Amino acid sequence: MAFAVVIILLVIGTVTFHFASPWWFTPIASNWGMIDTTVIITFWVTGIVFVAVNLFMAYAVVKYRHRKDVRAHYEPENSKLETWLTVITTIGVALMLAPGLFVWAKVIDAPEGAAEVEVVGQQWHWSYRYPGPDGTFGQVEHKLISRDNPFGMIAEDPAGQDDILVSSPVLHLPVNQPVKLLLRSKDVLHNFAVAEFRLKMDLVPGMVTYFWVEPTQVGEYDILCEELCGVGHHTMQGRVVVESQEDFDAWLAQQPNFASLAEQPAGDPVAGQALYAVCSACHGADGEGNQVVNAPKLAGQEWTYLERQLHNYKDGVRGTAEGDALGAQMAGMAATLPTDQAVRDVVAYIGTLPDNRPQSTVTGNADNGKRLYTTCQFCHGPQGQGYWTMNAPRLSGMSDWYMADQIVKFRDGLRGSHPRDLYGRQMAMMADLFQDEQALNDLVAYLNEL
Amino acid sequence: MAYVAIADRDHEAHLHDPDTFITKYIWSQDHKVIAIQYGLTAIGIGLVALVLSGLMRLQLGFPDTFSFIDPNDYYQFITMHGMIMVIYLLTALFLGGFGNYLIPLMIGSRDMVFPFMNMLSFWVYLLAVLILVASFFVPGGPTGAGWTLYPPQAISPGTPGTTWGIILMLVSLAVFIIAFTMGGLNYVTTVLQARCKGMTLMRMPLSIWGIFMATILGLLAFPALLVSAIMMILDSLLGTSFFMPAMLAAGEIASYEGGSPILFQHLFWFFGHPEVYIVALPAFGIVSDLLSVHARKNIFGYRMMVWAILAIGGLSFIVWAHHMYVSGMNPYFGFFFATTTLIIAVPTAIKVYNWVLTLWRGNIHLTVPMLFAIGFIFTFVHGGLTGLFLGNVVVDLPLSDTYFVVGHFHMVMGVSPILVVFGAIYHWFPKITGRMFNETLGKWHFWLTLLGTYSIYLPMHYLGILGVPRRYYAYGTTDFIPESAMTMNTGITISALIVAVVQLIFLYNMIWSVFRGPKADPNPWKATSLEWLTPDTPPKHGNWGPDLPVVYRWAYDYSVPGAAEDYIPQNQPPDATHKTVDDHAEAVEQAPQDDGAPQA
Repeated sequence: MAFAVVIILLVIGTVTFHFASPWWFTPIASNWGMIDTTVIITFWVTGIVFVAVNLFMAYAVVKYRHRKDVRAHYEPENSKLETWLTVITTIGVALMLAPGLFVWAKVIDAPEGAAEVEVVGQQWHWSYRYPGPDGTFGQVEHKLISRDNPFGMIAEDPAGQDDILVSSPVLHLPVNQPVKLLLRSKDVLHNFAVAEFRLKMDLVPGMVTYFWVEPTQVGEYDILCEELCGVGHHTMQGRVVVESQEDFDAWLAQQPNFASLAEQPAGDPVAGQALYAVCSACHGADGEGNQVVNAPKLAGQEWTYLERQLHNYKDGVRGTAEGDALGAQMAGMAATLPTDQAVRDVVAYIGTLPDNRPQSTVTGNADNGKRLYTTCQFCHGPQGQGYWTMNAPRLSGMSDWYMADQIVKFRDGLRGSHPRDLYGRQMAMMADLFQDEQALNDLVAYLNEL
Repeated sequence: MAYVAIADRDHEAHLHDPDTFITKYIWSQDHKVIAIQYGLTAIGIGLVALVLSGLMRLQLGFPDTFSFIDPNDYYQFITMHGMIMVIYLLTALFLGGFGNYLIPLMIGSRDMVFPFMNMLSFWVYLLAVLILVASFFVPGGPTGAGWTLYPPQAISPGTPGTTWGIILMLVSLAVFIIAFTMGGLNYVTTVLQARCKGMTLMRMPLSIWGIFMATILGLLAFPALLVSAIMMILDSLLGTSFFMPAMLAAGEIASYEGGSPILFQHLFWFFGHPEVYIVALPAFGIVSDLLSVHARKNIFGYRMMVWAILAIGGLSFIVWAHHMYVSGMNPYFGFFFATTTLIIAVPTAIKVYNWVLTLWRGNIHLTVPMLFAIGFIFTFVHGGLTGLFLGNVVVDLPLSDTYFVVGHFHMVMGVSPILVVFGAIYHWFPKITGRMFNETLGKWHFWLTLLGTYSIYLPMHYLGILGVPRRYYAYGTTDFIPESAMTMNTGITISALIVAVVQLIFLYNMIWSVFRGPKADPNPWKATSLEWLTPDTPPKHGNWGPDLPVVYRWAYDYSVPGAAEDYIPQNQPPDATHKTVDDHAEAVEQAPQDDGAPQA
C-alpha cells in the first residue's frame, strides 16, 4: 500500500514540479517558436503516458498485492490487447515525429537572400566575419592563420578585401533579418548556442557548418560553447547584440575591413618613444616596473595583450569598476594616447625595451604552486610564455606582486566584470580558484621559477 | 564415435575440477567464481566512479569553495566517471557478472563451453581496469576529454591528459574489448550449444534472452570502438590524420591534415548506441524475471517480449546518429535517424506495457527485489519518455548538450539499470551465498536510492530546458541562468551525496549477510527456473550433480490453474492431471524431444 502511495505521490510531484518549476524556456528571441511547439506537443504526449502507466501500475500494486490463498490470474498473452497497445503507441509516436520532421525541414533550409555571417571559434573565444558590401566572403586558408592574420585570409582574393573582421566575442545582428550563420573552427570542436534562439550547431575544424535564424527581439543574449573543447570550455562565452537595422549599419560601418587592416601602418617605435615618456614616470625608462607606484613590468609582454589592455582602459572597459582606484589611475593615463596608431606606436616601442627578470617579492610553496598552475598552463603555457591565440599574457619573468594583485582583482570583480571585457571574464572565472592568500602566494612563487 | 551434443558431454566438467585454493578461487575456471570476480571488480571500480561523481557534484553545488577541484580535475572526473560507469561497471557487471553466473545455471549447463577462455576473459578485464586506474598516476593524469573522447580535442593541447592519459584510456578500452570478446563469444556459444534437454530457445528465461542479445550487440558494436581507439592512438603517437583535420594546436599550425572528426563520432556512436542496449537488454530481461517471480505470474506476452528484445537489438544499430544531430553532419541524416529512433520506442513501450500487465491480476509480493523491479519501471518510463524528446531531431535542438541530456541518460542508463542490478543481487543473493540478506536494510536501501536519485535527476531536466549547458566547471555570469538554478544545483549535490552514502547500507548488508546472514532456503522465492533447482546451494562446481536437468516447460508456470503449488519448476515432467491451456503448455507435452538434440 505504502509503495503504491509513494508512486502516486511521485507522479503528482513530477506533474506539480513541471508546472511550478521556475526553470523553463528563456523568452524566445527568434523565429523558431515552432520548435517550442514541438517540445510542448512532446510534453503532452509523454506526460499522458507517464501519468497513465505509473498510475495504472500503482493501482495494480494495491489491487493485486499478496493476499493469503489468492492466486494470480494465469494469462500468458493476449494478442488482441498487445496489438491494440502497439497501434496506440505507434499513433503517439507519429504524433510527435510528424511535426518534428516538418519543422526540421524548415530548420535546415535557409531562405533565399538570408544574410551570411561567419562565426569563427577557437580555444576559447569567438570572432566573426561579415562579407562586406560585395556580399561574398573571401577565401580563407588554414595555413595562413597567424597573429597578423587571425582569420587566415588569402590576401590576393579580391572578394576578401571588403570582408569585415570582428576580433571580439560580441556578435551584432539586425533584428527581423534572416541570417545564415556559417560556422568554422580553427582548432577543436565547439558549439555555437544561444538559448533564446533555440538553435545550436557544432563548429568542426576542416569544414563549415551552418544554421539560420531570424532574431525577432532587440536585446543582448549570451553565446555559449556547448561542445566540450578543453579546460576553458566553460569560459568560452560571447554575446550577441540584436539591434535595429540602423544601429546595426552604424556599428558595421565602424568595423575595419580586411583591406584597411592590411594597409594599417605598423607601430612605429620611434614615434612610440616620445609617447612613452609619460609612461616611464611609473613603469620605468626600460619598462622594468616599479612596485612602489604599483606599476608592473611591461618589457617583454605580448604586444597583442598590451594593445588590448590599452584599448580596454581607453574604452572604459578596464579601470572603471567601483573600488579599482589603481585601474582608474591607469585609465586616465591611457586616455592621453589620442589614436589607435598611438597605441600601436607605444606598444612597438615597449617591444624594443630590454627584458630583464625582475626581483622576486612573493614567497610561497612553489611545489603547491605547480599543482595549482596545472589549469593555468593551458592558456598561459607550460613555461608561462603566454599564447596569443588564447589572449593569454606572458606570466614568466613579469612582476610577481602585480600578478598576485590582479588575480585578487579578477576574483573580487574589480577586473573582468565589465560586460564588454569578455576575455577578462574568462580569467575572472578561473581566479575563483584562489580563495586564500596562501594558494595565491604558492602560485606566484611557482611563476617566479618559470 | 557418434557425435555427442555439447550439452550432454558430462565428462568434460571434470577436466578442470578445482583442487587447490588457487584453482578454486583465483585461477578458477568455474563460471560462478568468475562471475563473482567480475562482479566484485566491477563494483570496486564503480565505487571509484561514484566518488568521482561526488567530487564533481561538490564543485557544481558549491562553486568557489573547494580549491582542490580545479577545471583540470573537474574535466578528468567527468570523463573517468562516465567511462567507468558505462563500460567498466555496467557492461562488465551485466555480462561478465550476471551473464557468467546465470547463463549456465538458467539453461541447465555445467559451465560455459570454453571455461579457460572464460577465466582469461576476467583476467584480461582486470588488466584493462588496472591500466585505466594507472592513468590517475601518470604525468598529466587521466584524460579529461569527456567520456566520448571526441577528437581533435582528446589528443590536442588544451585538454587534460593528452600525453599519457588518453593513450592509457584507449589502450585500456582495447584490452577491455579483447576481454569482452573472449567472454562474449563464450556466452553466445554456450546459449546456442549447451542448453540442457528440453530447453528450447522459446523456453529460455528472459534474463538469458536479454544477456544473449546484449552479447551479440556487443560483439558487433565493440569492434567499431576498437578500430577508433587504434586509429586515435595512431593519430596521437604516429601523427596520422584519421580524425585530425588541418588545425591550430596551442597557437601553432599542427601537422595534421584531411582527417575527419565526424568520422570518429560515427564510429563512436555506432558502438555507443548499441552500448546503451548492451546495458539495457540484460536489465530488461532480468527485471522481467524478477517481476514474474515476485508477482507469482507468468511474464505477460513472453513471445512478444522475445521479439521486442530482438527488434530493439536490431534497430539499435540504425539509430546511432541521433547523438549527432548538432554535430555538423549532413542535416538530411536527421530525417532518417529521428524516424528510426522514434520507431524503437514502439518495441520498448511494448516491454513496459507487458511488465505492468504482468503485475495486473498478479499476486504481488513486495519483497526487496520486487521493490527494485517496480522502481525500475518508474524510472525507466521516465527516462524512456524523455528519450523521445532527444530522439526527435527538432526537439533535440534546444535540449542537446544541456542538463536535460544529463538527466535523461542518467535516468535511463544510470538509475534504471542500477536498480535492476540491486534487485538482481538481492534476488540471487540466497543462491550465490546460501544466506539471506537483511530485508529491512534492503528496503531502506531501496527507498533512499529511488527517492534520492529522482530528486537528483528530475530537476536537471528543467535546468536543461532553461538552457544550462552540461560539462561546465562553473557558470560565471550569464543573463539567463538565474541564482535559483544555482541553488537547485546545491540541492542536487546534497541529494547526490546522500545517495552515495546510502550505498554503504547496501555494502554493509551484503558483507554482513555473506558471513552472518541466516541460512537460505534453496529456492526462497519459489521460482521455476533452473538455477533454483540445483542439488546444492550455493551450487557446486559442475552445478548439477551426476545428472543434467531435463526441461519440460517454459520458465513462467506460475499460478497455473489446477496445479498443487503456485509454481511448477521447469524440470517437472508434465502432469497427466494438468490440463493444458495454451501453446506453451502444448510445447511442454512434446518435450524433451522437440529441442532437436540427438540422443547419445
